[in-house]
Amino acid sequence: MSFAINTFADLQAANTAVPYAQFLGVECREEQGEPLFVLPYREQNIGNTLLPAIHGGVIGGFLENAAVLHLIWAREAQEIPKIIDFSIDYLRSAGPQDLFARCEIVRQGKRVANVLLSAWQEDPARPVATARAHYLLA
Amino acid sequence: MEPGWLPVAAPAFFEQVVTRGLALPHCHALGLQLQAASHGKTTLVLPFKPDWVGNPLTRVLHGGVVTTLADSAGALAIYTLLTEPESVATLDLRIDYLRLGLADLPLYCQAECYRLTSQIAFTRSILYQQNPDTPVAQAVATYMRSAAPKGGGR
Repeated sequence: MSFAINTFADLQAANTAVPYAQFLGVECREEQGEPLFVLPYREQNIGNTLLPAIHGGVIGGFLENAAVLHLIWAREAQEIPKIIDFSIDYLRSAGPQDLFARCEIVRQGKRVANVLLSAWQEDPARPVATARAHYLLA
Repeated sequence: MEPGWLPVAAPAFFEQVVTRGLALPHCHALGLQLQAASHGKTTLVLPFKPDWVGNPLTRVLHGGVVTTLADSAGALAIYTLLTEPESVATLDLRIDYLRLGLADLPLYCQAECYRLTSQIAFTRSILYQQNPDTPVAQAVATYMRSAAPKGGGR
């Protein structure tokens, strides 16, 4: 099993190979030449039945997964980078709908990358959460 | 339920919150269990499943399960101090990943609500597998309290 990602098909294959991403139901696709991550709504991901709302941990896990795959995609690397820290701000509750995520590599040195993440539902300009993470590369 | 969590502020209320909280669809899917609770503190355990793996080559646990466990344990720690239904919403959560999480072992989270104000709850957590002295991760989170009785919703 290789994690060399050169195409979006490779990215989808890598995502499929991550058990936790499959547990959540994560999908990824190309949008304007960049990876777009999608978490189709599943009742299993609900963490508040009264609102109802997607579990905050699911949003965090979805974003952490997106960052890892985006980093491999951007570097055409073969290894899954190790997470150093992760910090998430919850801005709105995420309703029972599909969730989307995009990543931006803010800085990437030889050893550490800083990634900015955003998750939204209907409007990318109204994120439900933003996050920042550091990864150790290779 | 274990008698070990009797010192919580309102045992009958806390039992209701735990029962409903662990039955929430995602918590149920993870199989989260309460191991201990006392005034301001909870220990939750996430039994291992192959689904938690984040790296199929090394079988290291995915950070997402750490995040979900910390968020849930922190919220429950707040309810050990409450006596009436209310909702708490996570404002932010920060996790430092100190060691790799290993496959085939359960993951524990000891969470503490170390400051509760009329509007905000501050929590900190240690996540470990074999020994709390060698944690996998450390987390801090803040939550907003809401008087609206949506309580038990999480």
